[in-house]
Order: sequence, then C-alpha cells, then structure tokens
Amino acid sequence: MPDYTLDPHIKINIEKIMENLKDYRPRRKGWTWRKLIPHQELGPFTYFQTSAGLKASQSLPAAGFFGGIDPQPECTITSEIASGRFEDDLRRMRMAAYHGADHIMVIRTAGQSHYDGLLEGTPEGIGGVPISRKQLRATRKALDMIEDEVGREINLHSYVSGVAGPEVAVLLAEEGVNGAHQDPQYNVLYRNINAVRSFVDAAEAKKVMNWAEIAQIDGAHNANATAREAWKVMPELLVQHAINSAYSVKVGMPKDRICLSTVPPTAPPAPALRLDLPYAVALRELFVGYRMRAQMNTKYMESDTREVTVTHTLNILLSRLTSADIQSTITPDEGRNVPWHYNTMNGINTAKQTLVGLDGLQEMVEIKREGILGDRVRELKERAVLFLEEILETGGYFEAVQQGFFVDSGLYPERNGDGIVRDIKGGVGTEVFLRARDYFAPVCGHFGINRIPDGVERTCSKIGGCTLCVPKKIQWIDELDEEDNVNKRLMKSRPYREGGLTPEVQWAGDGVVSMTLFLPTDIRTAHFAALEIAKQMGWEETEVIHKQVMHPAEGTVLEVKGKIKVTIDPLTLQMPEEEEQLSAEVIRQKVQERPMLGVAATVGEDEHSVGLREILDIKHGGIEGFGMKFHYLGTSVPISKVVDAALETGAEVILISTIISHGDMHRLNMQKLHDLCVERGVRDRLILVGGGTQVTNELAREWGMDAGFGRGTKGIDVASFLVKYREEHFSANVRD
Amino acid sequence: MGVQRKDDYEARRGHLAELSEKELEERFWQLANQVVDPLLELARTHTTPSIERSVLLRMGLDSLTSKAIVEKALQNGVLEHGAGHCVWHYAETFGLEISQAAKRLARGEGWEKVKGLFGEVRDNA
Repeated sequence: MPDYTLDPHIKINIEKIMENLKDYRPRRKGWTWRKLIPHQELGPFTYFQTSAGLKASQSLPAAGFFGGIDPQPECTITSEIASGRFEDDLRRMRMAAYHGADHIMVIRTAGQSHYDGLLEGTPEGIGGVPISRKQLRATRKALDMIEDEVGREINLHSYVSGVAGPEVAVLLAEEGVNGAHQDPQYNVLYRNINAVRSFVDAAEAKKVMNWAEIAQIDGAHNANATAREAWKVMPELLVQHAINSAYSVKVGMPKDRICLSTVPPTAPPAPALRLDLPYAVALRELFVGYRMRAQMNTKYMESDTREVTVTHTLNILLSRLTSADIQSTITPDEGRNVPWHYNTMNGINTAKQTLVGLDGLQEMVEIKREGILGDRVRELKERAVLFLEEILETGGYFEAVQQGFFVDSGLYPERNGDGIVRDIKGGVGTEVFLRARDYFAPVCGHFGINRIPDGVERTCSKIGGCTLCVPKKIQWIDELDEEDNVNKRLMKSRPYREGGLTPEVQWAGDGVVSMTLFLPTDIRTAHFAALEIAKQMGWEETEVIHKQVMHPAEGTVLEVKGKIKVTIDPLTLQMPEEEEQLSAEVIRQKVQERPMLGVAATVGEDEHSVGLREILDIKHGGIEGFGMKFHYLGTSVPISKVVDAALETGAEVILISTIISHGDMHRLNMQKLHDLCVERGVRDRLILVGGGTQVTNELAREWGMDAGFGRGTKGIDVASFLVKYREEHFSANVRD
Repeated sequence: MGVQRKDDYEARRGHLAELSEKELEERFWQLANQVVDPLLELARTHTTPSIERSVLLRMGLDSLTSKAIVEKALQNGVLEHGAGHCVWHYAETFGLEISQAAKRLARGEGWEKVKGLFGEVRDNA
C-alpha cells in the first residue's frame, strides 16, 4: 500500500514516492473498464452514456453554469504522458487523472525497441521514457495514490514490442501494468526487427500479458501515420488488425481484452467523415466482440492548435456515431513540440467535452446503412478479403512482407510499389532456435512446447513457484548509472518544486513561456520581428512555434516560445487578502436584523441584463434570496437616473453593471457614478458596487467603487460583501 | 521495391460479388486464420534469446544475470533445451539453490557439466 495519501492542496512528494520502492507491490493486476450507468442524473440533466463520477476532479470551464457537474463518459480516456523525465510526468499524470483520464500511456524512449534486454535504473529519455522496473514501480505507486485521490482506477500502459518483447511482458506483468501495445507487425514494418523472431516472441509475450490480464492494443494505426495517403491503406488496416487479433485469440487472449487501435484516416479540408465513417463501420462489423481503441488523427496536423482541436472533435463525433471503448487523446500541440502540461489537459478536455456533448446521440440519430455508406463498407471488406487471398497465394505472411505488400500507398488491390520491404532472414535480432525434444521452461505464462516432467502439477512447482505466482521472488535493481538517474535530477529540480516559482511547460524549472502576438505585416517579416520582440523582452532560446497568415499584407498571427530566468518566491508576493465569505445562513440572519435596500441597473448604452439579473434574482441564487430588496431599473440607464433613484428610495447600495468595455465605458461609468455621488454629497452614505465581465475588484476600487465583481461571480459573493462592508463602515444608527 | 499495379478491384472481385455480407465476413476470418496458423506453429516449436531471458526472470533472477546466462547458453549450444532448464537441471543435479546455480552459470562456470546433462538430445521436439 502507498506510504501516504495525497492532499488535494499539497503537491505530490516525488522524493517520498521514490522511498521504499524495493518492497512496493501493485495493489491489483489487469485492466479496469469504466462501468456504464445507463440513466444517470447529474445536476439538471439525465445522461445515457456516463460512468460513476469522481471524488475529486476538475470539471469543464462551462460547468459553473450547471452547478459544477463533471460527467464522466462511459469509455476509458487515454492520455499519453512521456517527457523523458518520468518524475516530472508523475505531476502531469496527477493533473490528467484530475481532468478525467484513466489510462496513462507512457511512450518509450527512442531506441528502446532495439535494446536486446531490459533497461534498469532511471536514465533520462529522448522522446519518451526508458521503461525500467524502477520507473514502472514508482509510476504505479504514484498512480495508486492518485487513484485514491480521484476515486477511480487508473490503467498504466506501456509497450511490449521490440527485440525484448517477452522480457518486457514479464516486467509489465510483475509490476502491475494494465495495458500494453503488442503487435509483431509493428516490429517488422516500423522497427525492422526480424519477422520470424517478432512472431515467435509475440506468442510468448501475449501469453504473459494474458496471465496478467493486460489489455492489448495493436499497432495498425501506424500505417495511417506512415502511408503517404493515409485514407488509401484502409483495406490493409483491416488485414493488419485481423492478423494480430487472430494470432492473439489463438494464443488464448479473450476478445474483450484485444483492442483495435483505429484512427480516422483523414482530416479536413478532406471531406473527412464521408471517408472515415464507412471505414469505422466496416471495422466494427468485421470485428464483433473486440474492443475499439479510438485514436485521434496525428497525420494531418500542423502547428495550429485550433485546427487540430476541430479535427479531434470530429474524431470523437465518429466515435459517438459508431463506438469506442477507449478514447485516446492527442495533445493539440503535438504538431509543434513535445506536449506541454496544459495541452495534455486540453486534449483530455476535448475528449471529455465532446463525448459528453454527444451523450446519447444514437438514441436520436442512426447511421444510414443503405446507400453510399453501405456500398463503401462492402467495398472495403471485399478489398481486405482480396488482400488476404493474395497473401496466401504468394506463400504466406513472410513472403508478402518480402514483396512489399504492406504500407503501400495504393488503395489495394492497386499498388504503387512503395510498400515497406523486409527480408525474412534480415533485420535486427535474427536468433531463433528450434526447441529441443526435452525443452523445458519451469515457469507459468509460457507458450508452446514445454516438456514438463511427469507428475508435476503446476509448471513452476519444480522451482518452488515463479515470480508470477510468488511475487516476492522478483529481483530489484536500483540504479546502474551513478550520474544519469532520478536522484540527481531531483536534486537539481528541488528548488523549483519546493521554493521558488518558475514557469514550466514540461520539466520543473524549464522556464518556458509563450505568447501570442499579431503583427500587421507579411509572414516573413512578422517571423523575424516576433523573434526580435521576444529577445528584447529578455527571452532566451526563442522560437516561433506557430504562424498563420491573416492576410498576405495586412497581418500575421504568431506564437513564440522562449525561456526566461525569473524565479519568484511566493512568500514575498504582495497578495490582497482573500475575502472570507459569510455563510448563506449568517447573511440571511443579518439582513433580517437590519434590512438592506438597493438599486441596480445596467448603465450606459448597454442592453445586457443577464449577468446582473443572475446576481439579483432569487431563482438564480441571487442576492434577493438573502432578503435584500433591490429595485432593478433596467438596461441602458443613465448614471444620473441611478443616483436619483437611490436617493428617492432611500437605498444604501447601488449596483451597476457594464458588459460593454469598448472605449473604456466600464471605467468611465464607474468613475462617473462615484463623482456624481460626491457632487451630491451622498458618497459616504452609499455602498457603490460595479460589475461586469471585464471588471476586477482592484480595478473597480481604483475607479471609485467600494467593490468590483467580474466573471463567475455568484449572488452570495455580492451579498456577503455587502453585509460585511456595511458592518465595518456603517454602524447601525448612522441613518436613523 | 514492391510491384506496381493499377486498381483491378472490379476484375478481381467477381468471386466475392455474390457472397452475402455474413459469408464475406466469414471468408475474411477464415483467410486471416489461415495466414496466422503457420506463424503460430513456428512460435510453438521455436524459442529466442528474449523468450529464454523472460523465463529466467520468472525464475526469480535479475535482468543482468538472465542476460549473462542466455549469452553463455548460446555460446555453449544448449539454448534450445531452454535456459531455465539449464539452470534448474544444474541446480537439481548439484544440490544448489536456483540463485546459486544461476550465479555460477552467469560467471561462465559449469557449462561443460550442463552440456553433459543434456547429452545428445538436440533434435526437434
């Protein structure tokens, strides 16, 4: 069990996670699915496709309008988190879980798939994390604590590919990893690992994964990302899914732990859904009983995070029109840099927001199976069958790979001759041996011929139990490299994690900031001007991460990143005291004892009334609910009329609201109100309050108000202020 | 370089045109199974250094020891009996703990004795 529990107001203690790892054991094995709650009532709504809510979570920004609800879709949500320093990733994993991810996928460091053995210790990775026992154990331990914080099981995921597949599978099984990629075709096509070795290894790896009840994700989506025209490889994708699925079932995996990694192949400006939907339907019709891992498109993404978000929203529309058991997310900044903390949350939120927004879609909308969609589904299936037929005619899988059948950019049976060609005798790791007649492996989870001595009940009883049955036999290696390890990195990053505050996007203390700027010039001039501006601001290592033409001559929008060397000590910050809010009960009691009267109006040439009415109305939880009486004067009311009304009714409070801030209208109106009250000699008898989306308390007070309230204000905030302010500034008998 | 071919889908699909959707899907799976069957047989009857290291890990050895033993088993031509088999057989015969036997074998000791234990059993299972 974890050594300590997480406090939502205290940062996770990485040093403490790293303690006592040698004896830490994961609390369960195997994959956990969310459970559908068919008609769940949350706030004012009933949901058809949600699961149990979280104990602690961050809801979507607009949730405040609906009582702060945070509906959790019924499907798993994946977040890929792998910055190269796993200790920094633990913090991001906590944020991701808090936003609603329950499947944390750790990408491996470049080159690990060609490493013939297991990595130990915690070296820094490139483009991913070196997967080792220590890294996995620390990550699983942190996730165990994080799942207690949010109140939901979190699946940890890694990769069982490369030349060391079976060993990695054993490592993952021993360390309580819950999901893994495993597909020998990935080794063959994208890692040039010997094809025979890849399939022989895969059977053993799958058998071990099956023992550990690890959910498997295949590698077919890589063909989308690799082929020149991704939408043309659809028949091949069906074939790749089938090869890995059939192989896995024959090794003994149940279909409901075999997940097909599927990506909508296109993105706008292609007519995306018309191409992607028939494929999604064909896939789900052919692979009944298997699980769908819907991935977002990564092939057609540029540096524009808005464009990427729209594409990913369409991807989820496709998931909702068909089905998804796991909805994977891609960060909107993946097209321009290694994903940043907050973009990971953006990716998760895009999935959560869209899934929930499309809740129950199929109750009202169904796919028109006949017509162009049906014709296309049929065609894709036939093309896939023709592909399989030709593999067999050619002499089988290996021969087909040798002849470049796979990842050809033609729409099969069209072939463009640009497929990936692998020699069956070539590639990395060609050592494959025929097992001898007396071959014996005294362990569980072993595939194939095993001459277990007579009279042995359990395979591993000859050795007194294997590590799968007796976990305490698992051997622990801490670190092999004295310099390149987590302890050294934590020492360096400690000042940034414990004391000073420095901006970060990825690693503690990285100092990376970014800004968006519009420059009224052409794209090339804008590029260099933006870099110069960042330089003059004192930024280092500046880089333009996005630029987009608004008009060839009139302007360009750019995003620039850079590093700053600024560290703030939070203890030295001048922060205004946080208002302590009175409870609803206390406010009501105080108003009953001493009634409060006010006037309220939207002032200037402003017809917005929604915000102010929400602050006032009983039915919106407004201040009238606490017994205060307000005369609402309407919209576009001149300031002089507001003051007149206050004086006529004997009000002690004036509430004005200004939404429009063009030409500083909100500032001018507040100053005018203050000045007029001074002029009439009533300023010290009145409490003046300004509100509006662009208003802050500090600004309003600068402009002569007693308080200001901005976006997100609730009636109780204003009511609490009024009662407290009156007590502090006006003794009960002043106006008698 | 693979072959180049124009899309001849219409010409090829003749034998599929009359199949029902269900028959087409059954044919898809029948062919897929046919493709993987020989691959599975290969896996059933063969082993690799990684498989053998994974067996040693499961026997309670660390990754460094496992790697050394598999290398030595390969050099001595006995990997096809199973690396775990080598360690277990050696330990059993000489009354050693698995971990003791593994340490010796990882250091390169005892392999002549291991070879002797397997005799001439080398051919296919």
